[in-house]
Amino acid sequence: MTEKSMRAAYSEALVELGEKNPKIIALDADTSASTLANAFAQRFPDRFFNTGIAEPCLVDVAVGLALGGLVPFVNAFSALLAVRALEQIRTCVCYANVNVKLAASYAGLSDFKDGATHYAITDIANMRALPGMTVIVPADAAETADWVPLIAGYEGPVFLRINRAGALPVHTPGSTLEIGKGRVLKDGGDLTLIAAGTMAGRCVEAARQLENEGIHARLLEIHTVKPLDSELILQAAEETGAVVTAEEHSIIGGLGSAVAETLSEAHPKPLERVGIRDRFCPTGRCADSLMDACGLAVSDVITASHRVLERKK
Amino acid sequence: MMKPEKRTELQQIARQLRIDSLKLIHNRGAGHPGGTLSAAEILTVLYFHTMKIYPSDPHREDRDKFILSKGHASAGLYFILAKRGFFPAAELEDWGKTDSRHQGHPDRLKTPGVDMTSGILGHGVAIGAGLALAARVRGLSCRTFVLLGDGECQAGVVWEGAATAAKYRLANLTVIVDNNGVQLDGPVCEVLPMEPLADKWAVYGWHTLEVNGHDIEAVAQALETASEVHNKPTVIIARTTKGKGVSFMENQALWHGNVPDEKQLAAAIEELEEVQP
Repeated sequence: MTEKSMRAAYSEALVELGEKNPKIIALDADTSASTLANAFAQRFPDRFFNTGIAEPCLVDVAVGLALGGLVPFVNAFSALLAVRALEQIRTCVCYANVNVKLAASYAGLSDFKDGATHYAITDIANMRALPGMTVIVPADAAETADWVPLIAGYEGPVFLRINRAGALPVHTPGSTLEIGKGRVLKDGGDLTLIAAGTMAGRCVEAARQLENEGIHARLLEIHTVKPLDSELILQAAEETGAVVTAEEHSIIGGLGSAVAETLSEAHPKPLERVGIRDRFCPTGRCADSLMDACGLAVSDVITASHRVLERKK
Repeated sequence: MMKPEKRTELQQIARQLRIDSLKLIHNRGAGHPGGTLSAAEILTVLYFHTMKIYPSDPHREDRDKFILSKGHASAGLYFILAKRGFFPAAELEDWGKTDSRHQGHPDRLKTPGVDMTSGILGHGVAIGAGLALAARVRGLSCRTFVLLGDGECQAGVVWEGAATAAKYRLANLTVIVDNNGVQLDGPVCEVLPMEPLADKWAVYGWHTLEVNGHDIEAVAQALETASEVHNKPTVIIARTTKGKGVSFMENQALWHGNVPDEKQLAAAIEELEEVQP
């Protein structure tokens, strides 16, 4: 469905960045053949460190490298970073405000063949709760690549969520990306779809189908789940009167929760959240069909849109 | 060999560290006397003899780095940093107040001279490995020192870090274990035995030294020896006494995190002042 995976795009961008900036370091916890940090390892063997299957150590070593004046990119499975190494990330990265970049691969359900142990469906929630963390969820391969130099140039902890596979392309390479600034992918006045990550492409398709029904959906891509672009979200909610969020993540603690918090405190509007409904998901045959089976289908966005429009009346 | 007058000077600083740390802990109504008293000579030797540091330029890149991985010995570190001139000692009178910049455990963003935030046990070795790797990548000749507790060695991430430091042969990393034998809940040998501690580090690929951690000259010599090992990291198992120097605190788990009252503080100071270096 897409020509390039997010991890492959990330990997190429990291090598390109490494060519330009000798302070860029990559680390991995015995998953570099999966995260594709191995390309960086081959190109810059003196700037790559493999700690073995020890994600807490991986993060702490990166902390030391950053304290020593370098810019480490930590490569690991998101599920392991977000929960196994959460204490390191909280204490030594966020509380100590150390300039570590967490490249959290195999995010969401994208490791479809390995099952619930490997899925990262609470990672956004885990990271979003940490003071000082910036949480970025790219929508597709091209956007993933564009974030790499941007987050390297930002001073402070960043969590970049990367899927194993690709996603429906929504991003025009070279278009403006700014941390904390959402993007309007489509205008419309009847309701607002707010998507992060792989659900952006699915929401483009949902918006197209809604248009066929005569429903004009606005579509926002919120790549930065923290800090949230509250201004853009509140304006869209005010102007359209109904909101649907969509994310490849639990409905608890992620984009949907962030939007709900923002709306509730400012001006509440009917809200529906498309996401994984507080459960562990099964193993699948491919990422796309697994997402469809777990409540993340285009039809789920459309159903939620109809529901929220009913509530708006 | 250390000159006798230098040794006496360092012994006096260590004694003052003990006295002032207990005063600080008493004044704040919180802190960890036992593991602060056991580390007095180690901190003193590091900051007044071994480490290359620049209090007027605390972030200078080629300085030696220190991580107090056993962050609960913060009173001792604060004393020593103030004494080295990183900040005025008078600031510590407000330690614990919400508007004091000095936190319960060391905070690198707030206290000048603190190289890394600590408090949750176990992080120092792996972070120290990262600092040592950074020095290697950047071609800096500085050293990294990490002070661990022996109870802290129960944390798994310590050994993840130890394996990584050994893999990369980080000779510029020196770990000191304040081997005082007592932790919060009781003797280390009862809570979770870690002996033979030196053997454990050795099988992980570290050069190991064992010293009396209250012998200024022995600690200084071990730190010097560590600098002469060029193909692996060094760990110094410093045999110490928890609560050292205050008889009613020595080897008592109660004094891991207990606060001396007025009477106890006076008795402790009297006892510490009796010892003539």
